[in-house]
Amino acid sequence: MLMPALRGEAQAFAGFVERQKNLIKRYWLWEAVWLIYSLVSVLSIGYLAAGLQSVSASTFDLRQAQLYLLVGALLWAYLSVVFIEISFSVMWERWEGTIEYTFMAPVRRLTHLFGICAFALLYGLVRTVVVLLIAMLLFHLDLTHANVVTAVIVLAVSTFPLMGLGILTSVLPLLSPERGEQMTVAVQGVLLLASGVYYPVSVLPGPLQALASVNPLTYTLEGMRAALIGGRGVGSVWPELAPLVLMGFVLVPLGLAVFGWAERRAKRFGLLKRSG
Amino acid sequence: MSQVSQPAVETCGLTKRFRRPGGGRRAWPWRQAGSEVVALHPLDLTLERGSTTGVIGPNGSGKSTLVRVLATLVLPDAGWARVFGHDVVTDSFRVKRHINRVSVEAAFFKELSAWENLLYASRIYGVADRSLRLRVEGVLARFGLPRDVLDRPLRHLSRGQQQKVAIARSVLTTPSLLLMDEPTTGLDPRSKREVQRMVADLREDSVTTLLCTHDMDEAESLCDRVLLMDYGRVLADGRPSQLGRLEDLFFGLSGRGMEEADVEAEQVVEGSVC
Repeated sequence: MLMPALRGEAQAFAGFVERQKNLIKRYWLWEAVWLIYSLVSVLSIGYLAAGLQSVSASTFDLRQAQLYLLVGALLWAYLSVVFIEISFSVMWERWEGTIEYTFMAPVRRLTHLFGICAFALLYGLVRTVVVLLIAMLLFHLDLTHANVVTAVIVLAVSTFPLMGLGILTSVLPLLSPERGEQMTVAVQGVLLLASGVYYPVSVLPGPLQALASVNPLTYTLEGMRAALIGGRGVGSVWPELAPLVLMGFVLVPLGLAVFGWAERRAKRFGLLKRSG
Repeated sequence: MSQVSQPAVETCGLTKRFRRPGGGRRAWPWRQAGSEVVALHPLDLTLERGSTTGVIGPNGSGKSTLVRVLATLVLPDAGWARVFGHDVVTDSFRVKRHINRVSVEAAFFKELSAWENLLYASRIYGVADRSLRLRVEGVLARFGLPRDVLDRPLRHLSRGQQQKVAIARSVLTTPSLLLMDEPTTGLDPRSKREVQRMVADLREDSVTTLLCTHDMDEAESLCDRVLLMDYGRVLADGRPSQLGRLEDLFFGLSGRGMEEADVEAEQVVEGSVC
């Protein structure tokens, strides 16, 4: 009894991953546009560092500044793809008019959402690697001192709180079919502001620093910079890893619970059928 | 009661109210504003296995709400509904294994091909295997769809073809209860006849079907039982031969014609939006 049920869930999981892949394939022109947008954003940040040196009266370590900013920009490119893919999944289904069909299928919501997340993580990684390779070529990035093992571990551990945040935000179009999309973009903006993508969190005012301290992206960025720029080992990034592990344990179950609540609410008020 | 002797659908005092959007102030942003509309008055209903039951009524009569409650997409406010003995609220996962639904708008990813949509549906219903492509081609052939339809994006298919693919999709998942919410509305006469023939074919598979429609002739020809609904209430319930001309019956019981009732429903919706 358990095995057929698990097989069914595994098949459904593959179905969600495959569906997302097929959608990307069909909307390839849009994806190409977004890839170029990510690339241009990252390159702009790289050139910003170079520009700062030429306008600044004092001298500073260009390589260090460039690396600092590019690591932030690349990570943001990755995190925003993952975040958007997960959090817009419900909105896209609303837009296509398939949300009722998906919610009516005999699939656990955990399988549904993890299928979406798995694709988002894979796709985000592929896109970021493409941008990274181009950035390395253009800026002659020196990552010889990077501790790749630590970077991979930090990224892997960051996956869970990021998934939790994405699931939490994907609830917004269920709560408000008309305004969910805008709210999702607003949340993304706040994450960018209070995470230290382009600057150390210490330059932020007090309230934003407090917000940054509960933002998993802050620890991901610090951990990744420590690994890629500082070449630190896993043991020395534990202060960054510990909060990420803790947030993963909290945010994923919280995201699933909130999604369940929002789904029941949408069914109570008849919000699933509405387009928008 | 054993599973086999359970009716396909059973409801008792099933009630649903909605808040009509617009008007009134919301005390809190997450609270729904507007006036309340009763979509379903307490409904007691039993559908026998293998039957084809038509639900006829104007817009706003409660047809789609009934379908959505049975499809686990809307939670009732009071009463209960069971599908093959499983409660739609407390045992919704088992209910989902038994049902599929064809709605007025074919719910597809329009940029994906028919095959990609059917593959997705088969996977989430756990019925995809190596023979799927062959089975899909068989079902499409049965419903008179050419094989090349499979690899074309859905948006390139006519509405009639899309609706046929939607019915093929529901058949692929072998539902015991098929909920059809106005599957022929908006189709051209030829597509409409073809879709009606598909629905008639399903009777041979002993699938229990609940068919919501505006079309009296469709209900008379395809269903062995008809429920006439208005304002969330069942006005009449019986075999088409017993009920006589449904248009006249509706007029006699509601005091207005079906078209007039549709216009009235549209005005109510527009009024609520303004």
